[in-house]
Amino acid sequence: MSNDILVLVEHRDGVVAESAHELLGRARQLAGSSGGEAVAVVFGSGIDALAGQLGAASRVLTVDDPSLAQPTPAAYQAALVAILRERQPLLALVPNSGIGMDVAAGASAATGLPLAAYATAVEVDGGAPRVTCRIYGGKIDATVRFRDGRGIATVVTGAFPAAAGQVAGSPPVERVALPAADSRVRFVALHRPEAGDVDITREAILVSVGRGIGEQENLEIVGELAGALGGAVSSSRPIVDSGWLPRTRQVGKSGLRVKPKLYLALGISGAPEHLEGMRDAELIVAVNTDPRAPIFGVAHYGATVDLLDLVPALTRRLAG
Amino acid sequence: MELAVLLKQVPDLAEELEIDASGTDLEREWMTLVTNEFDDYALEEALQLRDEAGGSVTCLALDTGSADELLATCLAKGADRAIKVGSFERQPDSHTAARAFATALGRVPHDLVLTGVQAIDDLDGQVGPLVAAELDLPHVSVVTHIAIGPGGRAATVNQEYAGGVVAELEVDLPAVLGVQTSRVTPRYAPVSRVRQLMKTAEMGHVEAPTDGGSGLVVEAMALPQTGAGAEMLGGGADAVADRLVAILRERGLLKA
Ligand SMILES: Cc1cc2nc3c(=O)[nH]c(=O)nc-3n(C[C@H](O)[C@H](O)[C@H](O)COP(=O)(O)OP(=O)(O)OC[C@H]3O[C@@H](n4cnc5c(N)ncnc54)[C@H](O)[C@@H]3O)c2cc1C
Ligand SMILES: Nc1ncnc2c1ncn2[C@@H]1O[C@H](COP(=O)(O)O)[C@@H](O)[C@H]1O
Repeated sequence: MSNDILVLVEHRDGVVAESAHELLGRARQLAGSSGGEAVAVVFGSGIDALAGQLGAASRVLTVDDPSLAQPTPAAYQAALVAILRERQPLLALVPNSGIGMDVAAGASAATGLPLAAYATAVEVDGGAPRVTCRIYGGKIDATVRFRDGRGIATVVTGAFPAAAGQVAGSPPVERVALPAADSRVRFVALHRPEAGDVDITREAILVSVGRGIGEQENLEIVGELAGALGGAVSSSRPIVDSGWLPRTRQVGKSGLRVKPKLYLALGISGAPEHLEGMRDAELIVAVNTDPRAPIFGVAHYGATVDLLDLVPALTRRLAG
Repeated sequence: MELAVLLKQVPDLAEELEIDASGTDLEREWMTLVTNEFDDYALEEALQLRDEAGGSVTCLALDTGSADELLATCLAKGADRAIKVGSFERQPDSHTAARAFATALGRVPHDLVLTGVQAIDDLDGQVGPLVAAELDLPHVSVVTHIAIGPGGRAATVNQEYAGGVVAELEVDLPAVLGVQTSRVTPRYAPVSRVRQLMKTAEMGHVEAPTDGGSGLVVEAMALPQTGAGAEMLGGGADAVADRLVAILRERGLLKA
């Protein structure tokens, strides 16, 4: 057993994900209080050079194999389980990404280590981790401990500042053998989004709509408001899933990360998956009839009026 | 193609959530429950896949005393069978639920087990990967675009990543998939039909272990300090619009 804090590092096209910096920055601080090391865990093919981007770690464990060149949840899980069994860390931090969610729960089942999901805060207190989980769509915080003092946490993107993990240096790399991988899930192809529509990551003003808009027809008045403000319309995921707007307009975890000068959130509850994509906007104004909507937790200004009343009222003032 | 769908009810987020006297759980007495949104997508996908490939759809829910309406809704939408699993006072943690489902699935033929990608109430991770581990089946979560391959031996699915990037994966069947969204908007079941089926439909029941546990100790639950960040603008729509225009003008965010 060790007092190490493990971090599962995601990367694509030779660049480590922002989540890796966020998690490693925190792991480094936690390792200070646990008396262990911050250990980065990387899966892929030809990845030794990534260590140069992981200066916040004390060491880097890699499972390096051509079969891991592309994201493969089953193989990642097998590799993570092998490392957890062998290293017995105090805590493993996994990004709450598509693949992270998948791999962490499977690893929990395989190792018997408990899993705390949706972590937004992690401490080491009295030698054991304490994790705050943001659940119920962001409406409740639960503070939990692991029964035997060790466990896995999936961490929401943006929970910790990335800056703390952007440390120069190239920690030593240790290769771990590829465990017998589960070949029942196979990678076929990676599809990247098509360009062509408005690029919402470049717009200074976004008028963003959520399910509170009610009906597709109401998008018209939202478009008029965006026009009057000189911005573009973006949205939460359900609007895109309904086919009311193209996927290119989706803000959040499985959509795009935006940082406009103004983000006007209309009828968006502020689920963690949405906040991931917009919490860094310079000015956030939220309009939601539910005074307890989590979006107000990240907004600078808020109002609990009906968006269908506010939108035309605002457009009139801007156009007139 | 034998399809099994796991469904659950969760608190309605449109209502106010309150913490109980212990300070470590929600006040559940008056809570309104709704079907977990993603489970509706999982069921719709299952119905679509059955209609394409033949076979049947079996819906499973833990028996928490309120599963009848949920399962009757599944039947009203066209599921072939409904089965209540175990006997629980309330929704257990994911690890316990997964053990119970793994036991039940031992008695229900399945080429494909579909779950919702997640439920809003899980503290200890997703049931899908946990069930898969219990049954030693492959698992993929955050899935869209399920297509069954020739002979029903494998399926191709899309797994979504950040930035709209999608991995196309092939998975051997039987498998467990966590459904993010269905190819079409989930169908609607008329309330009258659901009510009728609640009285007349035959639902199966499978015994299952109710022990297990998440291995987590909840120290406290609390409402996050939402609203702490936002300065709330009072008044009606006109008053709010006036203030917003002033705020935007002050920050130089208005055209001309
Ligand atoms: C793996 C995964 C990835 C995901 N990725 C994303 C993502 O990239 N982006 C994303 O957005 N979501 C994503 N989600 C979904 C996310 O969990 C939420 O379901 C989603 O963000 C909710 O969207 P919403 O706020 O529009 O809808 P809801 O949560 O239904 O909120 C609607 C809000 O509108 C308010 N409202 C209703 N009527 C009015 C009115 N007339 N005026 C004003 N307010 C009103 C309500 O009070 C409510 O707060 C993802 C989920 C998963 C599991
Ligand atoms: N108690 C339960 N009863 C039925 N299905 C469940 C239960 N818990 C989880 N599931 C299924 O697993 C999915 C993921 O839920 P969760 O693991 O709670 O995030 C849900 O969308 C359901 O499909």
